Amino acid sequence: MNSIIEINDLDLFYGDFHALKHVNMEIPEKAITAFIGPSGCGKSTLLRTFNRMNDMIAGTRIEGSVEIAGTDIYSDEVDVETLRKRVGMVFQQPNPFPKSIYDNIAYGPRLHGITDRKKLDEIVETSLRSAALWNEVKDHLKRSAFSISGGQQQRLCIARALAVEPDILLMDEATSALDPISTLKIEELAQELKDRYTIVMVTHNMHQAARVSQQTVFFLNGEVVEYSETERLFSNPTDQRTEDYISGRFG
Amino acid sequence: MRAKTADKIATSIIIAVAALIVLVLAGLLGYILYRGLGHISFHFLTSAPETIRKGGGIGPQLFNSVFLLVLTMLITVPIGLGAGIYMSEYAPANRITNFIRLIVEVLSSVPSIIVGLFGLLVLVNLFGFGFSLFSGALALTVFNLPLMVRITEQGLKGVPREQKEASLALGLSKWKTITSVMLPISLPVVLTGTILAAGRVFGEAAALLFTAGMSSPRLDFTDWNPFSPFSPLNPFRPAETLAVHIWKINSEGLAPDAAEIAAGASAVLVITVLLFNFGARWLGRYMYRKFTAIK
Repeated sequence: MNSIIEINDLDLFYGDFHALKHVNMEIPEKAITAFIGPSGCGKSTLLRTFNRMNDMIAGTRIEGSVEIAGTDIYSDEVDVETLRKRVGMVFQQPNPFPKSIYDNIAYGPRLHGITDRKKLDEIVETSLRSAALWNEVKDHLKRSAFSISGGQQQRLCIARALAVEPDILLMDEATSALDPISTLKIEELAQELKDRYTIVMVTHNMHQAARVSQQTVFFLNGEVVEYSETERLFSNPTDQRTEDYISGRFG
Repeated sequence: MRAKTADKIATSIIIAVAALIVLVLAGLLGYILYRGLGHISFHFLTSAPETIRKGGGIGPQLFNSVFLLVLTMLITVPIGLGAGIYMSEYAPANRITNFIRLIVEVLSSVPSIIVGLFGLLVLVNLFGFGFSLFSGALALTVFNLPLMVRITEQGLKGVPREQKEASLALGLSKWKTITSVMLPISLPVVLTGTILAAGRVFGEAAALLFTAGMSSPRLDFTDWNPFSPFSPLNPFRPAETLAVHIWKINSEGLAPDAAEIAAGASAVLVITVLLFNFGARWLGRYMYRKFTAIK
Protein backbone atom coordinates (compact mmCIF):
# COMPACT_ATOMS: atom_id res chain seq x y z
CA MET A 1 0.00 0.00 0.00
CA ASN A 2 1.18 3.52 -0.84
CA SER A 3 1.36 5.93 2.01
CA ILE A 4 -0.26 9.33 1.55
CA ILE A 5 0.61 10.97 4.88
CA GLU A 6 4.13 10.82 6.25
CA ILE A 7 4.98 12.15 9.66
CA ASN A 8 8.62 12.72 10.52
CA ASP A 9 9.87 13.51 14.03
CA LEU A 10 6.79 15.52 14.88
CA ASP A 11 6.69 17.36 18.18
CA LEU A 12 3.78 19.54 19.15
CA PHE A 13 3.53 21.90 22.11
CA TYR A 14 0.56 23.75 23.52
CA GLY A 15 2.48 26.45 25.35
CA ASP A 16 4.59 24.44 27.78
CA PHE A 17 2.66 21.24 27.38
CA HIS A 18 4.39 18.68 25.19
CA ALA A 19 1.35 17.16 23.51
CA LEU A 20 2.99 15.02 20.83
CA LYS A 21 6.42 13.50 21.27
CA HIS A 22 8.56 12.50 18.37
CA VAL A 23 5.89 10.97 16.22
CA ASN A 24 6.96 9.00 13.16
CA MET A 25 4.34 7.31 11.07
CA GLU A 26 3.03 6.58 7.61
CA ILE A 27 -0.64 6.46 6.77
CA PRO A 28 -1.67 4.27 3.83
CA GLU A 29 -3.74 5.60 0.97
CA LYS A 30 -7.35 4.46 0.42
CA ALA A 31 -7.63 2.58 3.67
CA ILE A 32 -8.90 3.21 7.16
CA THR A 33 -6.39 4.02 9.85
CA ALA A 34 -7.64 4.14 13.43
CA PHE A 35 -6.05 6.10 16.29
CA ILE A 36 -6.75 4.58 19.69
CA GLY A 37 -5.61 5.38 23.20
CA PRO A 38 -6.89 6.83 26.46
CA SER A 39 -8.22 10.38 26.76
CA GLY A 40 -5.59 13.06 26.45
CA CYS A 41 -3.07 10.79 24.73
CA GLY A 42 -2.69 13.07 21.71
CA LYS A 43 -4.67 11.14 19.11
CA SER A 44 -7.05 14.00 18.30
CA THR A 45 -4.18 16.45 18.37
CA LEU A 46 -2.31 14.48 15.73
CA LEU A 47 -5.47 14.18 13.64
CA ARG A 48 -5.91 17.93 13.78
CA THR A 49 -2.40 18.55 12.51
CA PHE A 50 -3.41 16.95 9.20
CA ASN A 51 -5.77 19.81 8.32
CA ARG A 52 -4.00 22.33 10.52
CA MET A 53 -6.99 22.91 12.77
CA ASN A 54 -4.51 23.27 15.62
CA ASP A 55 -3.45 26.57 14.06
CA MET A 56 -6.47 28.18 15.67
CA ILE A 57 -5.24 27.44 19.18
CA ALA A 58 -2.94 30.19 20.39
CA GLY A 59 0.45 29.03 21.60
CA THR A 60 0.66 25.91 19.44
CA ARG A 61 4.16 25.14 18.25
CA ILE A 62 5.24 22.44 15.88
CA GLU A 63 8.59 20.81 15.11
CA GLY A 64 9.25 18.14 12.51
CA SER A 65 7.18 17.63 9.41
CA VAL A 66 3.85 16.34 8.20
CA GLU A 67 3.89 15.50 4.51
CA ILE A 68 0.75 14.87 2.52
CA ALA A 69 1.39 13.43 -0.93
CA GLY A 70 4.98 14.58 -0.67
CA THR A 71 4.38 18.19 0.39
CA ASP A 72 5.19 19.45 3.86
CA ILE A 73 1.89 21.02 4.88
CA TYR A 74 3.56 23.26 7.45
CA SER A 75 5.85 24.91 4.91
CA ASP A 76 5.21 28.53 4.01
CA GLU A 77 4.04 27.89 0.47
CA VAL A 78 1.10 25.78 1.60
CA ASP A 79 -2.25 27.54 1.56
CA VAL A 80 -4.27 26.32 4.53
CA GLU A 81 -7.58 26.72 2.73
CA THR A 82 -6.45 24.57 -0.19
CA LEU A 83 -5.13 22.00 2.26
CA ARG A 84 -8.45 21.87 4.11
CA LYS A 85 -10.30 21.37 0.86
CA ARG A 86 -8.20 18.26 0.29
CA VAL A 87 -8.45 17.05 3.87
CA GLY A 88 -12.05 16.95 5.04
CA MET A 89 -13.11 16.54 8.62
CA VAL A 90 -16.04 15.13 10.54
CA PHE A 91 -16.37 16.14 14.17
CA GLN A 92 -17.38 14.44 17.39
CA GLN A 93 -20.74 16.18 17.64
CA PRO A 94 -22.83 16.38 14.49
CA ASN A 95 -22.45 20.05 13.60
CA PRO A 96 -24.60 20.87 10.60
CA PHE A 97 -25.07 24.54 9.88
CA PRO A 98 -28.43 26.04 10.78
CA LYS A 99 -29.37 25.97 7.11
CA SER A 100 -31.37 23.63 4.93
CA ILE A 101 -30.08 20.15 4.13
CA TYR A 102 -29.39 21.29 0.59
CA ASP A 103 -27.55 24.43 1.66
CA ASN A 104 -25.41 22.49 4.10
CA ILE A 105 -23.96 20.43 1.26
CA ALA A 106 -23.87 23.26 -1.27
CA TYR A 107 -22.18 25.61 1.20
CA GLY A 108 -18.60 24.54 0.52
CA PRO A 109 -18.82 24.22 -3.28
CA ARG A 110 -20.73 27.50 -3.52
CA LEU A 111 -18.18 29.48 -1.59
CA HIS A 112 -15.42 27.82 -3.57
CA GLY A 113 -16.93 29.38 -6.65
CA ILE A 114 -19.50 26.97 -8.09
CA THR A 115 -22.69 28.89 -8.83
CA ASP A 116 -24.30 26.82 -11.58
CA ARG A 117 -27.55 25.49 -10.19
CA LYS A 118 -27.45 22.20 -12.10
CA LYS A 119 -23.90 21.50 -11.06
CA LEU A 120 -24.79 22.21 -7.42
CA ASP A 121 -27.83 19.92 -7.60
CA GLU A 122 -25.55 17.24 -8.94
CA ILE A 123 -22.97 17.72 -6.20
CA VAL A 124 -25.65 17.62 -3.51
CA GLU A 125 -27.10 14.39 -4.87
CA THR A 126 -23.74 12.69 -5.35
CA SER A 127 -22.51 13.70 -1.91
CA LEU A 128 -25.70 12.57 -0.19
CA ARG A 129 -25.59 9.28 -2.09
CA SER A 130 -21.96 8.77 -1.08
CA ALA A 131 -22.95 9.38 2.53
CA ALA A 132 -25.86 6.90 2.20
CA LEU A 133 -28.36 9.58 3.09
CA TRP A 134 -29.95 10.42 -0.25
CA ASN A 135 -32.91 8.08 0.02
CA GLU A 136 -33.82 9.35 3.46
CA VAL A 137 -33.75 13.06 2.69
CA LYS A 138 -34.25 13.47 -1.05
CA ASP A 139 -37.87 14.57 -0.64
CA HIS A 140 -37.18 17.34 1.84
CA LEU A 141 -33.87 18.90 0.92
CA LYS A 142 -35.24 22.33 1.79
CA ARG A 143 -35.92 21.39 5.38
CA SER A 144 -33.67 22.48 8.18
CA ALA A 145 -30.70 20.22 8.83
CA PHE A 146 -31.79 20.19 12.47
CA SER A 147 -35.00 18.40 11.57
CA ILE A 148 -33.25 15.05 10.98
CA SER A 149 -31.90 12.65 13.60
CA GLY A 150 -28.42 12.86 15.12
CA GLY A 151 -27.16 9.92 13.09
CA GLN A 152 -28.54 11.43 9.91
CA GLN A 153 -27.00 14.75 10.83
CA GLN A 154 -23.62 13.10 11.18
CA ARG A 155 -23.97 11.50 7.73
CA LEU A 156 -25.01 14.92 6.47
CA CYS A 157 -21.76 16.27 7.86
CA ILE A 158 -19.87 13.52 6.05
CA ALA A 159 -21.70 14.44 2.84
CA ARG A 160 -20.87 18.09 3.41
CA ALA A 161 -17.19 17.19 3.76
CA LEU A 162 -17.31 15.02 0.62
CA ALA A 163 -18.93 17.81 -1.40
CA VAL A 164 -15.66 19.72 -1.66
CA GLU A 165 -13.98 16.58 -3.05
CA PRO A 166 -11.29 15.81 -0.51
CA ASP A 167 -8.73 13.01 -0.82
CA ILE A 168 -8.55 12.41 2.89
CA LEU A 169 -11.36 12.26 5.43
CA LEU A 170 -10.60 12.78 9.10
CA MET A 171 -13.14 11.47 11.60
CA ASP A 172 -12.66 12.78 15.11
CA GLU A 173 -14.63 10.34 17.29
CA ALA A 174 -17.39 10.78 14.79
CA THR A 175 -19.65 8.17 16.35
CA SER A 176 -19.16 8.83 20.04
CA ALA A 177 -22.31 10.96 20.30
CA LEU A 178 -24.48 8.49 18.37
CA ASP A 179 -26.62 5.51 19.25
CA PRO A 180 -25.41 1.99 18.32
CA ILE A 181 -27.52 1.72 15.15
CA SER A 182 -26.37 5.08 13.81
CA THR A 183 -22.82 4.12 14.75
CA LEU A 184 -23.09 0.94 12.75
CA LYS A 185 -24.35 2.88 9.74
CA ILE A 186 -21.41 5.26 9.90
CA GLU A 187 -19.02 2.32 10.19
CA GLU A 188 -20.54 0.68 7.12
CA LEU A 189 -20.32 3.96 5.33
CA ALA A 190 -16.64 4.28 6.20
CA GLN A 191 -16.08 0.81 4.75
CA GLU A 192 -17.63 1.89 1.48
CA LEU A 193 -15.78 5.17 1.35
CA LYS A 194 -12.35 3.70 1.92
CA ASP A 195 -12.12 2.57 -1.71
CA ARG A 196 -12.15 6.20 -2.80
CA TYR A 197 -10.83 8.11 0.20
CA THR A 198 -8.12 7.78 2.76
CA ILE A 199 -9.83 7.72 6.13
CA VAL A 200 -8.18 8.46 9.45
CA MET A 201 -10.41 8.01 12.45
CA VAL A 202 -9.90 8.74 16.08
CA THR A 203 -11.94 6.43 18.22
CA HIS A 204 -12.48 5.87 21.87
CA ASN A 205 -13.82 2.48 21.12
CA MET A 206 -11.26 -0.27 20.55
CA HIS A 207 -13.87 -2.59 19.13
CA GLN A 208 -14.69 -0.03 16.51
CA ALA A 209 -11.04 0.19 15.52
CA ALA A 210 -10.88 -3.60 15.31
CA ARG A 211 -14.09 -3.78 13.26
CA VAL A 212 -13.42 -1.17 10.62
CA SER A 213 -9.76 -0.25 10.29
CA GLN A 214 -6.92 -1.77 8.32
CA GLN A 215 -4.21 -0.08 10.34
CA THR A 216 -4.29 0.87 14.00
CA VAL A 217 -2.11 3.26 15.92
CA PHE A 218 -1.93 3.13 19.70
CA PHE A 219 -1.11 6.39 21.53
CA LEU A 220 -0.10 6.92 25.11
CA ASN A 221 0.89 10.21 26.74
CA GLY A 222 1.64 11.91 23.43
CA GLU A 223 3.73 9.06 22.09
CA VAL A 224 2.98 6.51 19.41
CA VAL A 225 3.51 3.28 21.26
CA GLU A 226 2.79 0.95 18.40
CA TYR A 227 1.30 0.94 14.95
CA SER A 228 0.69 -1.91 12.59
CA GLU A 229 -2.01 -3.75 10.70
CA THR A 230 -5.12 -3.83 12.82
CA GLU A 231 -5.32 -7.60 13.03
CA ARG A 232 -1.77 -7.93 14.17
CA LEU A 233 -2.00 -5.12 16.70
CA PHE A 234 -5.01 -6.67 18.37
CA SER A 235 -3.96 -10.31 18.18
CA ASN A 236 -0.26 -10.00 18.69
CA PRO A 237 0.86 -6.65 20.11
CA THR A 238 4.61 -6.25 20.49
CA ASP A 239 4.54 -3.68 23.31
CA GLN A 240 3.42 -4.61 26.81
CA ARG A 241 1.54 -1.30 27.17
CA THR A 242 -0.49 -2.01 24.05
CA GLU A 243 -1.40 -5.39 25.38
CA ASP A 244 -2.42 -3.90 28.72
CA TYR A 245 -4.61 -1.33 27.01
CA ILE A 246 -6.37 -3.60 24.57
CA SER A 247 -6.98 -6.22 27.20
CA GLY A 248 -8.69 -3.53 29.26
CA ARG A 249 -6.18 -3.24 32.08
CA PHE A 250 -6.30 0.58 31.93
CA GLY A 251 -7.79 3.42 29.91
CA MET B 1 -39.54 23.19 55.18
CA ARG B 2 -37.44 26.33 55.65
CA ALA B 3 -35.94 26.02 52.19
CA LYS B 4 -39.42 25.70 50.76
CA THR B 5 -40.62 28.80 52.58
CA ALA B 6 -37.61 30.77 51.42
CA ASP B 7 -38.25 29.60 47.90
CA LYS B 8 -41.89 30.69 48.11
CA ILE B 9 -40.97 34.11 49.46
CA ALA B 10 -38.30 34.62 46.79
CA THR B 11 -40.69 33.57 44.05
CA SER B 12 -43.41 35.93 45.22
CA ILE B 13 -40.96 38.83 45.49
CA ILE B 14 -39.69 38.20 41.97
CA ILE B 15 -43.23 38.01 40.63
CA ALA B 16 -44.17 41.19 42.49
CA VAL B 17 -41.18 43.06 41.07
CA ALA B 18 -41.91 41.83 37.56
CA ALA B 19 -45.57 42.85 37.94
CA LEU B 20 -44.53 46.26 39.21
CA ILE B 21 -42.32 46.81 36.18
CA VAL B 22 -45.08 45.77 33.82
CA LEU B 23 -47.56 48.01 35.66
CA VAL B 24 -45.28 51.04 35.51
CA LEU B 25 -44.66 50.47 31.83
CA ALA B 26 -48.32 49.89 31.04
CA GLY B 27 -49.30 52.92 33.08
CA LEU B 28 -46.77 55.12 31.36
CA LEU B 29 -47.70 53.96 27.89
CA GLY B 30 -51.40 54.15 28.70
CA TYR B 31 -51.13 57.68 30.05
CA ILE B 32 -49.11 58.94 27.09
CA LEU B 33 -51.52 57.38 24.63
CA TYR B 34 -54.59 58.50 26.60
CA ARG B 35 -53.44 62.11 26.60
CA GLY B 36 -52.10 62.20 23.07
CA LEU B 37 -54.20 59.92 20.88
CA GLY B 38 -57.12 62.34 20.73
CA HIS B 39 -54.93 64.97 19.18
CA ILE B 40 -53.52 62.85 16.39
CA SER B 41 -55.00 63.41 13.00
CA PHE B 42 -53.79 63.29 9.45
CA HIS B 43 -53.46 67.05 9.51
CA PHE B 44 -51.41 66.90 12.72
CA LEU B 45 -49.03 64.33 11.24
CA THR B 46 -48.43 66.12 7.98
CA SER B 47 -48.57 69.87 8.51
CA ALA B 48 -45.83 72.20 9.67
CA PRO B 49 -45.82 73.58 13.24
CA GLU B 50 -47.23 77.03 14.06
CA THR B 51 -45.34 79.39 16.35
CA ILE B 52 -48.11 81.42 17.93
CA ARG B 53 -51.33 80.24 16.35
CA LYS B 54 -53.38 77.16 17.13
CA GLY B 55 -53.45 74.04 15.01
CA GLY B 56 -49.78 73.40 14.22
CA GLY B 57 -48.58 69.93 13.21
CA ILE B 58 -45.43 67.87 13.47
CA GLY B 59 -44.90 66.80 9.86
CA PRO B 60 -41.32 67.98 9.35
CA GLN B 61 -40.27 66.78 12.82
CA LEU B 62 -41.62 63.30 12.19
CA PHE B 63 -39.84 63.18 8.86
CA ASN B 64 -36.62 64.49 10.45
CA SER B 65 -36.70 61.80 13.14
CA VAL B 66 -37.09 59.02 10.59
CA PHE B 67 -34.49 60.49 8.27
CA LEU B 68 -32.03 60.98 11.11
CA LEU B 69 -32.60 57.40 12.16
CA VAL B 70 -31.75 56.16 8.68
CA LEU B 71 -28.67 58.37 8.43
CA THR B 72 -27.40 57.35 11.85
CA MET B 73 -27.88 53.66 11.18
CA LEU B 74 -26.16 54.01 7.82
CA ILE B 75 -23.09 55.24 9.69
CA THR B 76 -23.40 53.17 12.86
CA VAL B 77 -24.17 49.71 11.50
CA PRO B 78 -21.18 49.27 9.15
CA ILE B 79 -18.68 50.71 11.62
CA GLY B 80 -20.22 48.85 14.56
CA LEU B 81 -20.32 45.54 12.71
CA GLY B 82 -16.77 45.99 11.48
CA ALA B 83 -15.43 46.85 14.92
CA GLY B 84 -17.44 44.06 16.54
CA ILE B 85 -16.12 41.52 14.05
CA TYR B 86 -12.59 42.75 14.67
CA MET B 87 -12.94 42.58 18.44
CA SER B 88 -14.45 39.13 18.37
CA GLU B 89 -12.48 37.39 15.64
CA TYR B 90 -9.29 39.22 14.80
CA ALA B 91 -8.08 41.16 17.83
CA PRO B 92 -5.37 39.25 19.70
CA ALA B 93 -6.17 38.53 23.34
CA ASN B 94 -3.85 41.05 24.96
CA ARG B 95 -3.83 44.25 26.98
CA ILE B 96 -4.43 46.56 24.05
CA THR B 97 -7.58 44.69 23.11
CA ASN B 98 -8.81 44.82 26.69
CA PHE B 99 -8.02 48.52 26.76
CA ILE B 100 -10.08 49.08 23.61
CA ARG B 101 -12.91 47.15 25.21
CA LEU B 102 -12.69 49.37 28.28
CA ILE B 103 -12.74 52.51 26.15
CA VAL B 104 -15.85 51.24 24.37
CA GLU B 105 -17.54 50.68 27.74
CA VAL B 106 -16.59 54.15 28.93
CA LEU B 107 -17.83 55.69 25.71
CA SER B 108 -21.24 54.13 26.25
CA SER B 109 -21.62 55.79 29.63
CA VAL B 110 -20.79 59.34 28.53
CA PRO B 111 -23.88 61.50 29.26
CA SER B 112 -25.66 62.48 26.09
CA ILE B 113 -25.51 66.19 26.81
CA ILE B 114 -21.71 65.88 26.83
CA VAL B 115 -21.86 64.11 23.49
CA GLY B 116 -24.00 67.01 22.30
CA LEU B 117 -21.47 69.59 23.48
CA PHE B 118 -18.66 67.61 21.91
CA GLY B 119 -20.68 67.57 18.70
CA LEU B 120 -21.17 71.33 18.88
CA LEU B 121 -17.48 72.04 19.41
CA VAL B 122 -16.00 69.49 17.05
CA LEU B 123 -18.56 68.62 14.39
CA VAL B 124 -20.56 71.83 14.14
CA ASN B 125 -17.81 74.39 14.67
CA LEU B 126 -14.41 72.82 14.09
CA PHE B 127 -15.34 70.66 11.11
CA GLY B 128 -17.88 73.21 9.95
CA PHE B 129 -20.76 70.80 9.36
CA GLY B 130 -23.03 73.38 10.99
CA PHE B 131 -26.32 72.53 12.71
CA SER B 132 -27.25 69.70 10.43
CA LEU B 133 -28.68 66.23 10.24
CA PHE B 134 -25.20 65.01 9.42
CA SER B 135 -23.72 66.47 12.63
CA GLY B 136 -26.64 64.99 14.55
CA ALA B 137 -26.13 61.57 12.97
CA LEU B 138 -22.42 61.61 13.82
CA ALA B 139 -23.11 62.64 17.41
CA LEU B 140 -25.64 59.84 17.78
CA THR B 141 -23.16 57.44 16.24
CA VAL B 142 -20.75 58.31 19.05
CA PHE B 143 -23.00 56.85 21.66
CA ASN B 144 -24.61 54.16 19.60
CA LEU B 145 -21.34 52.65 18.46
CA PRO B 146 -20.39 51.10 21.82
CA LEU B 147 -23.70 49.29 21.99
CA MET B 148 -23.39 48.09 18.41
CA VAL B 149 -19.79 46.92 18.85
CA ARG B 150 -20.52 45.10 22.08
CA ILE B 151 -23.62 43.40 20.76
CA THR B 152 -21.88 42.28 17.57
CA GLU B 153 -18.97 40.94 19.56
CA GLN B 154 -21.30 39.08 21.91
CA GLY B 155 -23.31 37.71 19.01
CA LEU B 156 -20.24 36.33 17.26
CA LYS B 157 -18.75 34.95 20.47
CA GLY B 158 -22.03 33.13 21.01
CA VAL B 159 -21.71 31.15 17.78
CA PRO B 160 -20.90 27.54 18.72
CA ARG B 161 -17.26 26.71 18.09
CA GLU B 162 -18.31 23.55 16.24
CA GLN B 163 -20.10 25.60 13.59
CA LYS B 164 -17.10 27.79 13.05
CA GLU B 165 -14.74 24.82 12.87
CA ALA B 166 -17.01 23.02 10.44
CA SER B 167 -16.79 25.90 8.02
CA LEU B 168 -13.04 26.35 8.41
CA ALA B 169 -12.51 22.62 7.96
CA LEU B 170 -14.24 22.84 4.58
CA GLY B 171 -11.44 25.13 3.47
CA LEU B 172 -13.39 28.36 3.79
CA SER B 173 -11.47 31.45 4.71
CA LYS B 174 -12.04 33.15 8.03
CA TRP B 175 -13.83 36.04 6.35
CA LYS B 176 -16.19 33.77 4.41
CA THR B 177 -16.83 31.80 7.57
CA ILE B 178 -17.74 34.98 9.40
CA THR B 179 -20.01 36.34 6.70
CA SER B 180 -21.80 33.18 5.67
CA VAL B 181 -22.01 31.12 8.85
CA MET B 182 -21.34 33.21 11.91
CA LEU B 183 -23.19 36.42 11.09
CA PRO B 184 -26.41 34.64 10.02
CA ILE B 185 -26.33 32.61 13.24
CA SER B 186 -25.78 35.70 15.36
CA LEU B 187 -28.31 37.76 13.42
CA PRO B 188 -31.02 37.78 16.11
CA VAL B 189 -28.57 39.12 18.69
CA VAL B 190 -27.09 41.71 16.34
CA LEU B 191 -30.54 42.77 15.27
CA THR B 192 -31.70 43.28 18.84
CA GLY B 193 -28.71 45.55 19.35
CA THR B 194 -29.54 47.47 16.21
CA ILE B 195 -33.13 47.97 17.36
CA LEU B 196 -31.97 49.21 20.75
CA ALA B 197 -29.58 51.62 19.07
CA ALA B 198 -32.31 52.81 16.73
CA GLY B 199 -34.70 53.33 19.62
CA ARG B 200 -32.16 55.59 21.26
CA VAL B 201 -31.88 57.66 18.10
CA PHE B 202 -35.61 58.22 18.14
CA GLY B 203 -35.80 59.19 21.75
CA GLU B 204 -32.63 61.24 21.99
CA ALA B 205 -32.96 65.00 22.48
CA ALA B 206 -30.01 66.26 24.54
CA ALA B 207 -27.30 65.26 22.07
CA LEU B 208 -29.25 66.74 19.19
CA LEU B 209 -29.97 70.20 20.64
CA PHE B 210 -26.49 71.40 19.76
CA THR B 211 -25.84 69.29 16.68
CA ALA B 212 -28.94 68.81 14.55
CA GLY B 213 -30.34 72.09 15.87
CA MET B 214 -33.70 73.23 17.17
CA SER B 215 -35.21 74.55 13.98
CA SER B 216 -36.21 73.25 10.62
CA PRO B 217 -36.07 75.30 7.45
CA ARG B 218 -39.32 75.53 5.52
CA LEU B 219 -39.14 72.15 3.86
CA ASP B 220 -40.33 71.78 0.33
CA PHE B 221 -41.70 68.24 0.10
CA THR B 222 -41.79 68.42 -3.67
CA ASP B 223 -38.05 68.94 -3.96
CA TRP B 224 -36.22 65.62 -3.57
CA ASN B 225 -32.81 66.78 -4.73
CA PRO B 226 -30.55 66.07 -1.73
CA PHE B 227 -28.33 69.05 -2.56
CA SER B 228 -31.04 71.66 -2.56
CA PRO B 229 -31.17 73.61 0.75
CA PHE B 230 -34.94 73.19 1.21
CA SER B 231 -35.09 69.56 0.20
CA PRO B 232 -36.12 67.23 3.01
CA LEU B 233 -33.37 64.84 1.88
CA ASN B 234 -30.54 67.33 2.28
CA PRO B 235 -28.39 65.94 5.11
CA PHE B 236 -26.64 69.26 5.66
CA ARG B 237 -29.70 71.23 6.70
CA PRO B 238 -30.68 71.86 10.31
CA ALA B 239 -33.36 69.52 11.53
CA GLU B 240 -35.46 69.50 14.65
CA THR B 241 -36.51 65.96 15.53
CA LEU B 242 -39.69 64.91 17.23
CA ALA B 243 -38.05 64.44 20.62
CA VAL B 244 -36.39 67.85 20.43
CA HIS B 245 -39.68 69.37 19.34
CA ILE B 246 -41.48 67.93 22.34
CA TRP B 247 -38.84 69.36 24.63
CA LYS B 248 -38.94 72.78 22.97
CA ILE B 249 -42.70 73.09 22.87
CA ASN B 250 -42.96 72.10 26.52
CA SER B 251 -40.36 74.59 27.65
CA GLU B 252 -40.95 77.56 25.41
CA GLY B 253 -43.98 76.86 23.23
CA LEU B 254 -46.07 79.97 22.53
CA ALA B 255 -48.95 78.35 20.67
CA PRO B 256 -52.15 78.20 22.74
CA ASP B 257 -52.43 74.45 22.17
CA ALA B 258 -48.76 73.71 23.09
CA ALA B 259 -49.70 71.17 25.74
CA GLU B 260 -51.93 69.19 23.37
CA ILE B 261 -49.28 69.27 20.66
CA ALA B 262 -46.67 67.98 23.08
CA ALA B 263 -49.02 65.20 24.20
CA GLY B 264 -49.88 64.28 20.61
CA ALA B 265 -46.23 64.33 19.56
CA SER B 266 -45.29 62.12 22.52
CA ALA B 267 -47.92 59.60 21.55
CA VAL B 268 -46.69 59.62 17.95
CA LEU B 269 -43.12 59.12 19.17
CA VAL B 270 -44.07 56.16 21.33
CA ILE B 271 -46.18 54.58 18.62
CA THR B 272 -43.43 55.01 16.02
CA VAL B 273 -40.85 53.42 18.28
CA LEU B 274 -43.18 50.50 18.98
CA LEU B 275 -43.98 50.03 15.30
CA PHE B 276 -40.32 50.19 14.47
CA ASN B 277 -39.49 47.59 17.10
CA PHE B 278 -42.13 45.14 15.96
CA GLY B 279 -41.25 45.73 12.33
CA ALA B 280 -37.56 45.13 12.92
CA ARG B 281 -38.23 42.01 14.95
CA TRP B 282 -40.49 40.63 12.27
CA LEU B 283 -37.87 41.38 9.63
CA GLY B 284 -35.21 39.75 11.79
CA ARG B 285 -37.23 36.57 12.23
CA TYR B 286 -37.96 36.49 8.53
CA MET B 287 -34.29 36.89 7.62
CA TYR B 288 -33.19 34.37 10.24
CA ARG B 289 -35.62 31.82 8.85
CA LYS B 290 -34.51 32.51 5.33
CA PHE B 291 -30.85 32.09 6.22
CA THR B 292 -31.24 29.12 8.47
CA ALA B 293 -34.24 27.24 7.06
CA ILE B 294 -35.57 26.87 10.60
CA LYS B 295 -39.33 26.89 10.70
